[in-house]
Amino acid sequence: MKDLNILFAGFGGQGVLFAGKVAAYAGLIENKEISWLPSYGPEMRGGTANCSVCISDNPIGSPLVTNPNVLVVMNLPSLDKFIDTVEPGGTVIIDSALIHKKVERTDLNVHYVPSSSLAEENGLKGLSNMILVGKLFHEVCAAPGDYQFSTPETLDQALQKCIPPRKAGMLDFNRKAISLGAQA
Amino acid sequence: MQTVFQKPSALTDAPMHYCPGCTHGIVHRLVAQALEELGVEGRAVGVASVGCSVMCYDYFTCDMVQAPHGRAQAVATGLKRAKPENIIFTYQGDGDLAAIGTAETVHAATRGENITVIFINNAIYGMTGGQMAPTSLPGQITQTTPYGRDTNSAGYPVKVCEMLSTLDGVALAQRVTVNNVKNVNIARKAIKKAFQNQLDGKGYSIVEVLSTCPTNWGLSPIEALGWLEENMLPYYPLGVYKDVEGGVKK
Amino acid sequence: MKVLMKGNEALAEAAIRAGCRHFFGYPITPQTELAAYMSKRMPKIGGTYLQAESEIAAVNMVLGASAAGVRAMTSSSSPGISLKGEGISYMAGSDLPALIINVQRGGPGLGGIQPSQADYWQATKATGHGDFQILVLAPSTVQEMVDLVSDAFDLADQYRMPAMILADGMLGQMMEPVSLPEEAGAAPAQKDWAACGHGGKRPHNIVNSLYLTPDKLEELVKERFARYEQIKQHEQRAEEYLADDADVVVVAYGASSRVARGAVNKAREMGIKAGLVRPITLWPFPADALNRAASHAKNLLVVEMSMGQMIDDVKLAINCQKPVHFCGRTGGMIPTPAQVLEQIQALA
Repeated sequence: MKDLNILFAGFGGQGVLFAGKVAAYAGLIENKEISWLPSYGPEMRGGTANCSVCISDNPIGSPLVTNPNVLVVMNLPSLDKFIDTVEPGGTVIIDSALIHKKVERTDLNVHYVPSSSLAEENGLKGLSNMILVGKLFHEVCAAPGDYQFSTPETLDQALQKCIPPRKAGMLDFNRKAISLGAQA
Repeated sequence: MQTVFQKPSALTDAPMHYCPGCTHGIVHRLVAQALEELGVEGRAVGVASVGCSVMCYDYFTCDMVQAPHGRAQAVATGLKRAKPENIIFTYQGDGDLAAIGTAETVHAATRGENITVIFINNAIYGMTGGQMAPTSLPGQITQTTPYGRDTNSAGYPVKVCEMLSTLDGVALAQRVTVNNVKNVNIARKAIKKAFQNQLDGKGYSIVEVLSTCPTNWGLSPIEALGWLEENMLPYYPLGVYKDVEGGVKK
Repeated sequence: MKVLMKGNEALAEAAIRAGCRHFFGYPITPQTELAAYMSKRMPKIGGTYLQAESEIAAVNMVLGASAAGVRAMTSSSSPGISLKGEGISYMAGSDLPALIINVQRGGPGLGGIQPSQADYWQATKATGHGDFQILVLAPSTVQEMVDLVSDAFDLADQYRMPAMILADGMLGQMMEPVSLPEEAGAAPAQKDWAACGHGGKRPHNIVNSLYLTPDKLEELVKERFARYEQIKQHEQRAEEYLADDADVVVVAYGASSRVARGAVNKAREMGIKAGLVRPITLWPFPADALNRAASHAKNLLVVEMSMGQMIDDVKLAINCQKPVHFCGRTGGMIPTPAQVLEQIQALA
């Protein structure tokens, strides 16, 4: 695979760090080199939050993703902040229920997924992030191409790793969110 | 020949460096006596603080650790947490315990740390040559209060036993002095009790000993005892400020 | 299988597995996860987690626990390490082993909370007052954080001195896969110098840093420095990456070495002979590796997340025989591979 650098960005509380962790774990299960780096500090409590995930066949250099191949974005300030940093030819996955703006760049593969309203409608409150992860794996991580490193089964294993036993009841909701995202 | 009086076995033969008339010697003896009587010298570890008693590590026969200025009770906390079976005591002056080490004192006390604190209050900094201590009395002349301690500018003395007795972690807070035989005996019992409390797992025990500093007070040893009686005893009343029979540990 | 762990948590788990049962700390970003992890684990394994009233108290609790002969540690971030300086100096002066972890953030003062390497001078030259050194180890991955923790404890015990792991906010906060070592078996050997109660079986031990007779103090400091010479001879560590034929030798440690490695790889792809020397021990400084790489290099480029601190040691190590250049960001900014690459190109 080619080096995959993903940036998850949104508000604190939307689950961008968790989304990144699931993607990173899928890489781990597939024996890839991976890193996961969160933004931290006051921004964790309501401001913009983001996390960098690198997945590669080779040791990860800087874990800070400054030019992502894939941007998963959950709010407008983050879209405005990061859209120009995406590598040409890269992929952008947008919660279009919260972000009404269209991407002007024409050199990107942009996927508009109304994830927060999909979550709301399907009784998956708070799982908009996992709908976008479903889309991410369907379009990039588990899709034939340069950046394929995973399968839907690996993603499911990663999910099981990331949900602590005391929240095991959440597993099926997350699975549903992922499959909604894959179909979106 | 019958021995009627001897040095406690928990004191070394090293000649002490204390000035004539200083009451550190008496308090050292009382601490050593408590260790001996309770049979804990072999598992005792003392913490020497910064000040006149900094070299008390040479005078006690138990293992000793010398702590940074003010940090004796933090060091004692580390020693006790590492080896709870050991008997840990600190030996601190007023500058160490009630100025630079106030935070360490208050927090060891409020944690109910199961240690024994021997606090020498002589209302002056001895080691550095007679500067104002946190416990110097209002109006007291020292090298750094040449016109007398002005409470408007230098504030008021810290009353340690009164302050600590408000904390739930304190099992014993008692103020004693060693100006005469009767009071030495009271002090002896208080210090022994402070160690016994630790053996019984009762929690933080502090004995404040009002002491003299003839050299830095500029008085003879006899005059110094008089000064203590006339000035310190009214400001720092002797007595038991707190004594929790069952200890503070649940 | 490897597990995914945050650097801060990996440091804590590694310490536990290295036999440490006594942690004294105080919250500060970006190291707090380490203390939080300890607070969860220690009570379950009969260890001590104590949240002290200050960093000063925490380091002195470490002093006390170490004096009692057990493995003890504390962790903090830059402003908190300044407060620990007193205790570190006393431990050095009392020949006490201990582990101190600094997850660096930007300074001076309260500075910021983003990753930084601005405490290099403090760690390697002046953690506190007086004539002394501490061991300083600089991991660059979460796995290396794990590996260096037990090494740091062992070296500290072996040489009877404090050891520091100098990390930074990036390494502390990031997650990477790690394999954790097996739990240490038996407790480390009895320390015959410890103040743990003599039980009537030996003369009393005194753990102390006060020596009022100058010639005695000088003798002890010199004895310590003789030990430091041994350490310099035997304990230097560095990774040399594509350095044996490099025209441009990049020198970087910790998080910035990751950025530098990326730039070196790109430079090689472009046909530029670039290499990396990554100090793992910052004290002792790996002068031997530096000299090997510098002997045939045209230029050296030091990359740091500071205004340039380690660069002094690089110049000293090679006795200024080759030009040494600098590339850095400070205040919590992280250099980019492109920025480093640009300088490598200019120097090739």
